[in-house]
Amino acid sequence: MPADALKCKECQTRYPLGARYVCERCFGPLEVSYDTLDSGPEQLKRRIQVGPHTLWRYADFLPLLETPRPVLPTGWTPLVRADRLAQRLGLEEVWVKNETANPTHSFKDRVVSVALARAQELGFDTVACASTGNLANAVAAHAAAAGLPSYVFIPADLEPEKILATGAYGGTVVGVRGNYDDVNRLCTELSGDRPWAFVNVNLRPYYAEGSKTLAYETAEQLGWELPDRVVAPVASGSLFTKVARGFEDFIEAGLVSGTVPTMNGAQAAGCSPVATAFAAGRDVCKPVKPDTIAKSLAIGNPADGPYAIELARRTSGGIEAVTDDEIRAGIRLLAETTGIFTETAGGVTTAVLAKLAARGAIDPAERVVVYITGDGLKTIETVRGTFEVAEIDPTVSAFEAAVTEPVAA
Amino acid sequence: MSVTVKLPTQLRDAAGGRSAAIVEGDTVGEVLGALYEQHAELRERLADPAGELRRFVNVYLGGEDIRFLDGLGTTVPDGAEVTILPAVAGGG
Repeated sequence: MPADALKCKECQTRYPLGARYVCERCFGPLEVSYDTLDSGPEQLKRRIQVGPHTLWRYADFLPLLETPRPVLPTGWTPLVRADRLAQRLGLEEVWVKNETANPTHSFKDRVVSVALARAQELGFDTVACASTGNLANAVAAHAAAAGLPSYVFIPADLEPEKILATGAYGGTVVGVRGNYDDVNRLCTELSGDRPWAFVNVNLRPYYAEGSKTLAYETAEQLGWELPDRVVAPVASGSLFTKVARGFEDFIEAGLVSGTVPTMNGAQAAGCSPVATAFAAGRDVCKPVKPDTIAKSLAIGNPADGPYAIELARRTSGGIEAVTDDEIRAGIRLLAETTGIFTETAGGVTTAVLAKLAARGAIDPAERVVVYITGDGLKTIETVRGTFEVAEIDPTVSAFEAAVTEPVAA
Repeated sequence: MSVTVKLPTQLRDAAGGRSAAIVEGDTVGEVLGALYEQHAELRERLADPAGELRRFVNVYLGGEDIRFLDGLGTTVPDGAEVTILPAVAGGG
């Protein structure tokens, strides 16, 4: 679908499709706006179905001039029916969108794919980002695959796994003494004067579009149907709002029928500015200083917070917060019922699903989709001490003394 | 009190191309008021008709978001640096 402008979400001012992200008149966020589609649903569906098994099968809905040659194939991740998880929660139909299956094991490969492709169209030859970790991995990897230098800025106290898995690709990694919001402020300043594509600053309107593919894939994998409810993490609120936009795109294009699912956002109690504002009935998020094990969601000053709140209200959903202990329990619950080991963000999402189910907020007959956005190996320290390893001598008697085996029925 | 206000690239055309302004003021609110006196167009860009900062404007005093301090009432020491930045950047 041809993009025709960048448009301010607040005052509707239009700008050319360049590297800009903020409205000069009111400071509102810019968003890609598209021409109306000139294809009917059957034609669109055919184009999608013959497309590659990557996010580029949805090129009709993405803001690139031409479909890029994928350097690091991303997307088309499994949508797993999670009957054992559903059963534990007293629900009937729960699906897990398993984003750990992406090249760098999180959904960030999607947003980076789109931002990097657009950066190259705009003539940039260096990419950069402000990251809580997953984005750092993705930018370093996709830049390496494309042969571009990268500058990745992260809070210096990030999980070692995420730092190591970024530096491994050979770009420049900068650990900033401060939290993510400090990193973000620094990158916002740097982006003003450097000729770099900061994927989530000056390229942010294109970057954000990548998250829409989470919804497109879900609808296609459900046989061109919509979920009744979605549970997804909220950090900046970008993924949360773009997933809903993706479902709206497919409804408007006639590819699916129905309405946008009930949208439930998930935050960690140690960084819950959006959940707090939602509960208080406000639409402005008061920034917070994050203190949570869910570092990938630790954005205290969420750029799309007001839009996430508006979306949750409009779809009769909500934004919930869960404690670090509930997050650990969520990681465990997902792992032992689905075989999917998620990082802390997925623990947040699973814990919010469990909380909503326990509260009776979900009709058991609803079709629920949960977005598991990153891999447990990235935050592996979180599970240390949550189980015991029996250490024994290599003898049968030692094994029998140490381990109780279940009695066969 | 003499204070330096750093302006983001998006505002520089409304400030005669300058990246910073030197103004007088004892609070962040006074500093911004003095900035609007120098560059009238900035008032409409940064503030709503009631004079409150627009919701996508972040203001920092010495690197700290003023919403963690006393907002527009935050006292500004002599020689301090106030930074204005768009709020919409970032995400994971």
